[in-house]
Amino acid sequence: MRLTINGKLCNAKKVETVTELLNDLKIEPNRVAVEVNLSIVKKDAYSTFRLNEGDKVEIVNFVGGG
Amino acid sequence: MDDKLVIKGIGFQSRLWVGTGKYKDFTETKNAIEASGSDVVTVAVRRVNIIDRKSENLLDYIDPNKYKILPNTAGCYTVEDALRYSRLAREAGISDLIKLEVIGDEKTLFPDTCGLLKATEILAKEGFIVLPYTNDDPVMAKRLEDAGAAAVMPLGAPIGSGLGLRNPYNIKIILETVKLPVIVDAGVGTASDAAIAMELGCDAVLINTGIAGAKDPVSMAAAMKHAVFAGRLAYKAGRIPKKLYATASSPIEGML
Repeated sequence: MRLTINGKLCNAKKVETVTELLNDLKIEPNRVAVEVNLSIVKKDAYSTFRLNEGDKVEIVNFVGGG
Repeated sequence: MDDKLVIKGIGFQSRLWVGTGKYKDFTETKNAIEASGSDVVTVAVRRVNIIDRKSENLLDYIDPNKYKILPNTAGCYTVEDALRYSRLAREAGISDLIKLEVIGDEKTLFPDTCGLLKATEILAKEGFIVLPYTNDDPVMAKRLEDAGAAAVMPLGAPIGSGLGLRNPYNIKIILETVKLPVIVDAGVGTASDAAIAMELGCDAVLINTGIAGAKDPVSMAAAMKHAVFAGRLAYKAGRIPKKLYATASSPIEGML
């Protein structure tokens, strides 16, 4: 399944939902925000939000900053 | 003495706010923040490293239950980007607090205040607690207040410059112009700079490079803590007026 994740074109294994993608990437869902095709996906929708071929996914978290 | 800073119902224990950027590692970050006594830490919003999943997370060292996490929109040069980062920050975090930056120039990192005003208005309407990083401009501070900012954060000097408060008189005028808390953000290079900001009557000081860039960040964090405390006390105590000539401290009466 081709997804663009954080700007990189990835051939991820087939994932149905945001929850599955985060599990696959071993990312703790509580500390990130996820955007699919420029729209934020709310945390409570991770398990139901369906990902499609070619989606652009951004996964962000907090890093050191001023 | 109850002297707590309150912004939109959120009480802050410390009037020193600290950034988490530029430290050697997360252990140094943690130690410096502990030494600063601060309960507010700023963070940036960036892409998760999806290649190296073993890389540690800042929040493993900074417990969000202990510290108020204040995300920023650093690096945003347009209103659209600042809005996008703010909304992502709110989703990644646990509060509506946002330190709003709309940068106008790469060399000085001065704010684009036109964009800042616009973004403040939009985010305030969306329920954010907007703390805009702005110029030392009293007129703009008032505009930001009218647009719904929860505090104003004028720069003392360019970010990371360590030049101190280049225009303390403008900061003083901002304090008289707005009813909001005024937090000096950027430019504090050493303890006396922080003390000066607080002596003017500022409500808090936000420091990142001044601490993280010091030779010994943990000691500098402690120095800043004392400076902010001393400056605040001096402000509350009410300083003597400045005069050109001397007034003797010892009595003339009883002299031989």
